[in-house]
Amino acid sequence: MRFIFKTDYNQDIRLFKHGGAVFWYALLIVALIAAPLVLDRYLMSQATFVFIYAIAGIGLMLLSGYTGQISLGHAAFFAVGSYTEAILLEKGFPFLLSLPISGLLAGAVGVVIGLPALRLAGIYLAIATLAFAFIVEEILARWESVTNGTLGMLVEPINIFGVELFREWHLYYVCLAVLVLVVLGAVNLLRSPTGRAMIAIRDSEIAAQSMGVNLAKYKTIAFAISAAVTGLAGALYAHRLGYISPEAYTILLSVEFLLLIVVGGLGSIHGAVFGAIFVIVLPQIVSILKGYMPSQIAEQTGIDAGIFGLVIVLFMLYEPLGLYGRWVKIKLYFSTFPMYRKATFKRQKSYTKTERLR
Amino acid sequence: MSLFAVEQLGISFGGLRAVDQISFEVEAGEVFTIIGPNGAGKTTTFNLVSRIYDPTDGRITFDGEDITRVPPHRIAGMGIARTFQNIELFDNATVLANLLLGRHAHASTGVVSNMLFLPHVRRAEIAHREKVEEVIDFLDLQAYRETLVSGLPYGVRKVVELGRALASEPKLLLLDEPSSGLNTEETDDMAFWIGDIQKDLGITVLMIEHDMNLVGRVSDRVLALNYGRAIAMGTPDEVQSHPEVVKAYLGG
Ligand SMILES: Nc1ncnc2c1ncn2[C@@H]1O[C@H](COP(=O)(O)OP(=O)(O)O)[C@@H](O)[C@H]1O
Ligand SMILES: [Mg+2]
Repeated sequence: MRFIFKTDYNQDIRLFKHGGAVFWYALLIVALIAAPLVLDRYLMSQATFVFIYAIAGIGLMLLSGYTGQISLGHAAFFAVGSYTEAILLEKGFPFLLSLPISGLLAGAVGVVIGLPALRLAGIYLAIATLAFAFIVEEILARWESVTNGTLGMLVEPINIFGVELFREWHLYYVCLAVLVLVVLGAVNLLRSPTGRAMIAIRDSEIAAQSMGVNLAKYKTIAFAISAAVTGLAGALYAHRLGYISPEAYTILLSVEFLLLIVVGGLGSIHGAVFGAIFVIVLPQIVSILKGYMPSQIAEQTGIDAGIFGLVIVLFMLYEPLGLYGRWVKIKLYFSTFPMYRKATFKRQKSYTKTERLR
Repeated sequence: MSLFAVEQLGISFGGLRAVDQISFEVEAGEVFTIIGPNGAGKTTTFNLVSRIYDPTDGRITFDGEDITRVPPHRIAGMGIARTFQNIELFDNATVLANLLLGRHAHASTGVVSNMLFLPHVRRAEIAHREKVEEVIDFLDLQAYRETLVSGLPYGVRKVVELGRALASEPKLLLLDEPSSGLNTEETDDMAFWIGDIQKDLGITVLMIEHDMNLVGRVSDRVLALNYGRAIAMGTPDEVQSHPEVVKAYLGG
């Protein structure tokens, strides 16, 4: 077991709680930087997808996992990011400008979509955001003068200060860098008043309000940040695909994002990253599984979506803390061995236990 | 002038007059208790003061200002904090995070500087933390700092909720049934804390309470409500022996 003796409030505030954590995160970063040396093109592109999904996942996590506002429309913010990026590059904007603009525009759309969220909750909000996603999908297909409709658009390669970054490993590093920045921003947000206000709204709107949290303001902020981060991921996704068209941004993508945060573990940034890995790996597992299914079942349309849905339900029932929760439990098991108690993560029945444990 | 006053305050839900033309004043420094049978309109009165409900008539004044139309999230910043009858904590957050949220009314840093965690955000966070540590010491919550609220026993949750309200440094503290669900020992602690809050912290307390023993120990004045109407006001003894009050509790 690790006991940390604290001597300073800064110790609770700072990013890494102890020297060991600094070491492991540093090692992870070094490994990720070195990885392109050993990964083949295919694995590198899968890793890039993981980074992009992790960024989008953090976006949705901030809104649903931390603020408690469900969204089935995040494919739309993702699409706004992608198309803005493609269109701006076509108009000759440099990447270092087009990327932030893509995020900001998606964020602005998020503010507009956040407006009904001030009045709706739960399933109604899910339906409203779902409707919004359908509208965006439709606009992408119909607004041909700008989006080129169903024919889609080619995405020009990243260009930083005149240097064209078109290789697989270029994009890998760009996405990794954006992911690291997004993680840092999210963690900072969560250890400051804005993040606490979001969590407060998730757990009790009435108490949050009575302690001074302006619900409308913070829900709008959460929608804006979430949409902006997802928009950034969308912009990178456009580069990863090289060619974008409306069918890349369907409701299935929104469901994938939802699957990502639920499986990863709601209310955790680690969870968004774990979930991204899972969502990228899952379709490959599914396609392997399909090999064993009778072809009448394997070839049904919607079987993928069905499996995603099933996975969401199973996680909600059996591992509500997600993969990250499972990881924490395993870690605790080893660090407290042989004293780990199965009940460690059980909720106490608060009404039956009123004595204070001193 | 008194610190807090309601005048002819009233609210109807459909045809029901949940609070009916009640008036009272709370003087700075006193513990003022509202009693009454279930459904008398006590919690509704608190919700009117917290501005969760809009009164159909009447006026609420605090600290020389009319707060009848102030939006609910501005109430804490004006110096009124509260607890809830059915504990409203942030369950999936630690005790520390709950108490720090109590500082929200004093948090003035912007979203972007939060995201960058600029030096002034760090300084503000440390200042909030120092204030929260005072509350932790005051309420003996040291053992629970890092515990998730969802894992806490009921009695501790009540204390955490009190702590969250205190962290906002209120001038007026609203306590909705602070002793409900507590055992005798915990109720005793609560009585001491309410006394200390009044005497040591100098905070005015407006409380709803059923336990007449606790009411008698800590209250300076008591108001009795029944069917949304004020039926008696005075010292705890006077109100308790008031014929209307006796009748109300006997279900007359
Ligand atoms: N939001 C509401 N809508 C309709 N009726 C309400 C609402 N809130 C309270 N009431 C009614 O007002 C009356 C007073 O309730 P309340 O103030 O909670 O009583 P108590 O004195 O026990 O705290 C009750 O009859 C209750 O049903
Ligand atoms: Mg009540």
